Amino acid sequence: MENITPFLLSLISEAGLSGFEEPVRKKIAEKWTPLVDELSTSPLGSLHGLRKAAEGKKRPSLMIAAHMDAIGLMVKQVEDGMVWITRIGGVDARMLPGQPVTIHGKEDLPGVVQMLPDRLLNEDQQGKAPTFEHLFVDSGRSSKELEKLVRPGDLVSFQQAPIELDGGNVAGHSMDNRASVAALTVCLQEIRNVNLAWDVLAVATTREEISLAGARTSAFGLHPDLAIAVDVTFGKGPGSNDYRTFPLGGGPTIGTGSDNHPALTRKFVALAEELDMPHGLEAMPENSGTDGMVLPVTAGGIPTVVLGVPLRYMHTTVEMATVKDIDRTGRLLARFITQLTEDSLTTLFEEEPV
Amino acid sequence: MTPQDTKPYRIGKAQLDLLAELTNANGVSGDESEVREMIRKKVTPLADEIKADAMGNLLVIKHARKTNALRVMVDAHMDEVGFMIVDQDGDGLFEFVQVGGGDERQFISKAVVVGKEKLPGVIGFKPIHLTPKNERDSKIPLDSLRIDLGPAGKDKARRGDFAAYATRFSRSGDTIFAKVLDDRLGCATLIELLRTAPAEIELLTSFSAQEEIGLRGAKVAAYDFEPQIVIAVDSTPAYDFPRPDGNQNTQYNCKIGSGPAIYLADRGTLSDPRLVRFISRTAEENGIPYQFRQPGGGGTNAGALHLTRSGIPAVSVSIPGRYAHTPIMMASVTDWQNTVSLLKNVLDNLSPAVLLEERP
Repeated sequence: MENITPFLLSLISEAGLSGFEEPVRKKIAEKWTPLVDELSTSPLGSLHGLRKAAEGKKRPSLMIAAHMDAIGLMVKQVEDGMVWITRIGGVDARMLPGQPVTIHGKEDLPGVVQMLPDRLLNEDQQGKAPTFEHLFVDSGRSSKELEKLVRPGDLVSFQQAPIELDGGNVAGHSMDNRASVAALTVCLQEIRNVNLAWDVLAVATTREEISLAGARTSAFGLHPDLAIAVDVTFGKGPGSNDYRTFPLGGGPTIGTGSDNHPALTRKFVALAEELDMPHGLEAMPENSGTDGMVLPVTAGGIPTVVLGVPLRYMHTTVEMATVKDIDRTGRLLARFITQLTEDSLTTLFEEEPV
Repeated sequence: MTPQDTKPYRIGKAQLDLLAELTNANGVSGDESEVREMIRKKVTPLADEIKADAMGNLLVIKHARKTNALRVMVDAHMDEVGFMIVDQDGDGLFEFVQVGGGDERQFISKAVVVGKEKLPGVIGFKPIHLTPKNERDSKIPLDSLRIDLGPAGKDKARRGDFAAYATRFSRSGDTIFAKVLDDRLGCATLIELLRTAPAEIELLTSFSAQEEIGLRGAKVAAYDFEPQIVIAVDSTPAYDFPRPDGNQNTQYNCKIGSGPAIYLADRGTLSDPRLVRFISRTAEENGIPYQFRQPGGGGTNAGALHLTRSGIPAVSVSIPGRYAHTPIMMASVTDWQNTVSLLKNVLDNLSPAVLLEERP
């Protein structure tokens, strides 16, 4: 099995903010080209990779989706020699002071996010958690240069370099959800030389962090019979220890409730047990907070299940996951795919009443 | 003077490489050995005497080529603010405290390295999704943060291990981005001064330890040197930002791009007015831009050095820097160049006469 770590590290070295995924889409397309039969891009920018089934009468289709977009920042205004910012996606302002970034203006400018020092704030604002009102990017460039190079709407991406930790753990920005893109890639590698009964549509979706627009529209366009959304889930760690969290190294999580079709949840749990693969059952009482929210309610409805890769510090620039969990997620997907038969659509849902 | 010495001083690739090496190294207060040994190597070919003292200061002498020369001490501190591991929760998570004055609002979502082996780790925090809305505007308390070496990092760090930010040096235009320009810029400056030490003065340089935890190295560094004049070279904050209330910023301390910042007074020192006069005059005569740092709080090693023995006339000359005690500092190459240039001129022209001038 190919070591997926170098690909993962290259994915988290790219920007690719929601709606502006081109740099990461390119990287994924390059990696997937030898692994799929057809590659295309949807009108909104999702990347579709089709692995065709071997000749068969029915050829049902399965969509496996992981969003490729990342959270980040956007230029609000340029004033007083500084670049003032707002957020793209769920960015907690409290992690921003001291954060290395690139301003994607007419040229890429390195900079650092900082906050106004307390001494310049009114007394009632001193010592408080930073807010976007007082956060800016300092590039060291003069007002004059900035006027020429940077405009409102320009993207600002995180530049935290990938961190390889002891024991095959990786940290960096955009692990949400490039970790899952890596898992999809592991799956495509696993099934590379296998004759498939189903068409497999690997989709790197756009805009999950903003509107789920990529998953919604790709699912409509591709109209699969089943769908699996792969996203990161909360890893156990500082401040994160309730039922919503899962240990790093504890294997993929399998969603249950809301977005998840019970038959698919049951099937994945059974497959994980068969493989002797550690896994978690993730309670999703109302929704999964992933692409899985829109997949089941697209077109006439698509049975869906959500798989998760445990990740510490979600939506920070030091999101941490273990490569072993990414591999396992890819292998579990591959196992599901390779056990599918032409008749699975019937048999899957026959096993127990829904 | 050789013809070479008459050329204006320039920061070039060699100087930037030196600064990169110094800022990429780690030396949290009390753990300066990596930086000290790096500097020892750099100054060995330049100096006549080198010794590390009991506090860990690296004391480096370049003798005058005449007797009874003026004894001038130039100081920069080697240490940086950072962290110390104090406990572990298991699963690669380590409790830590800060060493030196940091602002915990800067710690969040950062990469660090831990211990002599420089194990990579991160400081993360609770995801925004799991944070109730009413908590999102609150400062994240230090005791809720952990240094995380990953689940495989269990037992890999021990109580007392130091940790530092993992920031790497980079440059963009005139701007340097690096960890701990406070005060590796000063260290690099001292090395540059040793390179062209004038024959007329006894040049006594101290690369001092533990500045960030109370000027502790500097309390002893001047004792053996017995200098007649002390110049502390440090990095001083440039707060030249707009005020959000639209009023004029009258508390900028100093400004990036306006040249070396000469101290008049801070919390610990009243600069010797004869030295201030001499240094500013030297700048003017040589067309080197300079600024007076706004008098006020803050302080440098001069605060400890000038109290050594019977007292020593002292002054600080600092390089403006932004975001001290955070993961990434910024400074201007031009400011640094002007600072080294000014100090070279000062050393070249200092004589005992300056101390015979009348005090105001």
